[in-house]
Amino acid sequence: MARTGLGGLCLLALLAAWPLQAGPLIQTWTTANGARVMFYPAPELPMLDIRATFAGGSARDGTQPGVASMTNGLLAEGAAGLDAQQIAERFERAGARFANGAQREMAWVALRTLTGPASLEPALDTFGRVLSRPDFKRDDVERLRLQMLSALDQLEQSASSVAERALYRALYADHPYANPPQGERTSIAALDSGAVRAFYERYYVARNLTLALVGDIDRQAAERIAEGIAAGLRAGGKASELPPAPAPQAGRTVRVPFPSRQSHILIGTIGMRRGDRDYFDLYVANHVFGGSGFASRLLSTIRERHGLAYSAYSYFLPMAERGPFVLGMQTRNAQTDRAIDLALRELEAYLADGASTGELEASQRNITGGFALRIDSNRKLLQQLTTIGFYDLPLDYLDLFNDRITAVSTRSLHQALRTRIDPQSMVTVIVGGDAG
Amino acid sequence: MLLLTLLAASGGASAGERLHEYVLDNGLKIMVQVDRRAPVVVSQVWYKVGSSYEHDGITGVSHALEHMMFKGAGNLEPGEFSEIIARNGGRENAFTGRNYTAYFQRIHRDKLELCLRLEAERMRGLTLKAAEWAKEKEVIKEERLNRTDDRPSSVTYERFTATAFATSPSRHPIIGWMHDIDAMSVTDLRAWYDAWYAPNNATLVVAGDVDPGEVLRLAKRYFGPLEVRPVARPKPRPEVPQHGRKRVHLRLPAKVPYLVMGYKVPPLLLARRAADAYALELLASILDGADSARLVSNLVRDTQTATDAGASYELYDRLQTLLLLDATPAPDKTLKQVETALLAEVERLRDQPVGEAELARVKTRIIAGEVYSRDSVFYQAMRIGVAETVGVGYATAREYLDGIRAVSAEDVQRVAREYLVEDRLTVATMEPADG
Repeated sequence: MARTGLGGLCLLALLAAWPLQAGPLIQTWTTANGARVMFYPAPELPMLDIRATFAGGSARDGTQPGVASMTNGLLAEGAAGLDAQQIAERFERAGARFANGAQREMAWVALRTLTGPASLEPALDTFGRVLSRPDFKRDDVERLRLQMLSALDQLEQSASSVAERALYRALYADHPYANPPQGERTSIAALDSGAVRAFYERYYVARNLTLALVGDIDRQAAERIAEGIAAGLRAGGKASELPPAPAPQAGRTVRVPFPSRQSHILIGTIGMRRGDRDYFDLYVANHVFGGSGFASRLLSTIRERHGLAYSAYSYFLPMAERGPFVLGMQTRNAQTDRAIDLALRELEAYLADGASTGELEASQRNITGGFALRIDSNRKLLQQLTTIGFYDLPLDYLDLFNDRITAVSTRSLHQALRTRIDPQSMVTVIVGGDAG
Repeated sequence: MLLLTLLAASGGASAGERLHEYVLDNGLKIMVQVDRRAPVVVSQVWYKVGSSYEHDGITGVSHALEHMMFKGAGNLEPGEFSEIIARNGGRENAFTGRNYTAYFQRIHRDKLELCLRLEAERMRGLTLKAAEWAKEKEVIKEERLNRTDDRPSSVTYERFTATAFATSPSRHPIIGWMHDIDAMSVTDLRAWYDAWYAPNNATLVVAGDVDPGEVLRLAKRYFGPLEVRPVARPKPRPEVPQHGRKRVHLRLPAKVPYLVMGYKVPPLLLARRAADAYALELLASILDGADSARLVSNLVRDTQTATDAGASYELYDRLQTLLLLDATPAPDKTLKQVETALLAEVERLRDQPVGEAELARVKTRIIAGEVYSRDSVFYQAMRIGVAETVGVGYATAREYLDGIRAVSAEDVQRVAREYLVEDRLTVATMEPADG
């Protein structure tokens, strides 16, 4: 029992209509063997969501691209002597849903179950087996290998996926964020159960785990459940810190011929971290530029004024280290140069002048006015708890979110933009051009 | 038995606040679902019009009109609707289907009045300027390239649908054929707007932290003054009987082959007995929807014929629909092998009654899914809107779980034998072509 967060208290004040609860809303503690637990009691629906997140995504692949994905994918394929069918049937009989996935940083497994005893206990039992006693049988490795290779084929017939891979490769070079979450062909071909087992034993450990729970249980039940899940894991150690993201290099253009009628364009550079000192300034800056749909400068220029694309957007993807800042759009091959030119000019003008007072206020009103929409379901709360826990954000992150947004000024926004985004560093990826 | 235990434990899957229904004098239907978990509201306006109302030459007009609804109405300039909602902390968008066009906002509950005022303004006063349409047409063409033309499986599905249906308007792609989008004029859009956009052809669905009486008061204030307009019933355009299996084969620039097949089946509205439709719903869930379902279990894990396989059925539809099956062959397997494997699964449904344990498991999954669906206010509103707009009615939609519970193994086998037959089948295959 390390600590109990009081962060949720202010949330009550913010959302006066939230049903009153006894005690703090977001609660956090550490299990006996070192897993971090984030808990939010939500008694309105007779259900519970659990998400176990490990720092075990493709950034940890090292010399074996795909090992994080394969490890995660194999958990429910066989565990504690149960085969994939038996595991799936156990969840189904309990009315429970199991899900899993591995991205760049996170590898996760999730359970959604009803809270009646006929569901909860069998669902938790199966979930615990999958998480802590995977078998990694050779047949299952072979089957998953085929599926991963087929997924790579599918990825290669999607222009947007090809573009994303190319952008990360160009921006991150030999930094672990360059590793594609889906792995690479030669490496997938070489993976075996030994490699998977070693990866599992290093990263699927209690001290590397953030366990989020949202649902119709009380604190006592949450502690019991969290203890039960974590107890099946070795204590292990936290994943080591990733190296800092590389400094942005000189911009360039990467063209990938592709048999599509549209070109998929991504323009990016190195952006910001979770908990970045400029986080809120850059968050609002992006909202004005390309993060707010029709209200944003980018979509308004590219789509509304010039009719060049259906979608045009930008985003920062903050990670433990600096994730990318990305502009994206798709347009007919013949219009590619014009669209890129317009987007880059829009970006340069924005970097030079910043946002107007009107734009800033409109964005601040949208973000703060829409705060309740970020936490209006158990699923979204589970996501928020995971982010706060995984990135070790302050427990009052949500409570102070609107204040931080409101504190952004045109001046601080412009300052952050100018110092963090160098227009000369933008890498442009164009995938397309090979059809009509 | 397990079902009973689960439900007793969860307090009844269909629990929740009751739905409030009203009809204004001008025919606008209003449905309010209270959910006080968060101080937010979802407001949706549903029109009974979509691609299945269209005919050749103007395919895609419902979707195009949906785009133009953001381009000025009454006192609103192009883009102003979105701007106002954004400034008030809301998220908004719209979507078009075969049987509906719907507009929505998700916003703080205090802003509901604003949404209703703006929606009422564009229900009758759309601007529709030629210059705006000229730009938006290009946007829609880009959307079509992005969603369909550059995606091998989407092209396959589009051609599959157009092959399965010869006379039913279900054959049209929702976004429309490219040549129809190209040839579409403001006059076409105006005629479509005038034909279908009226309070008596719309349903307002509001879900969230609201007082139903207050919703009614606001709706009366803003939508009340709108006049009833004559709205034609769409002509019956049934599908002509099929004689024998239909087949279409595509060669596309792709890396992975793909197969989709479908049997013509009735949705709930057209089923001779409601039980048939619920049996089809269960049949689709026996095949897909969980890692323990038959297609994943047999095709993906056991024989490893496919790397991916799925099935689906549209319970709520206005016209005859399809029981769909699709699959991606494993790298060392052929389209033919995948087709044979899917057909073998269909044959098994016809030949053998599903076991009691499997049936119970699948029902448990569906019933639990009903509880989970209540976590999303948007989805709750969506369900109400679809049921109402397709013509099923929400009273019937409320019987969903009863319908599912009543399905027996014999029911599933009966509908499999009646509907999953050669004369109702269309198969589309796509093989990668070089460059």
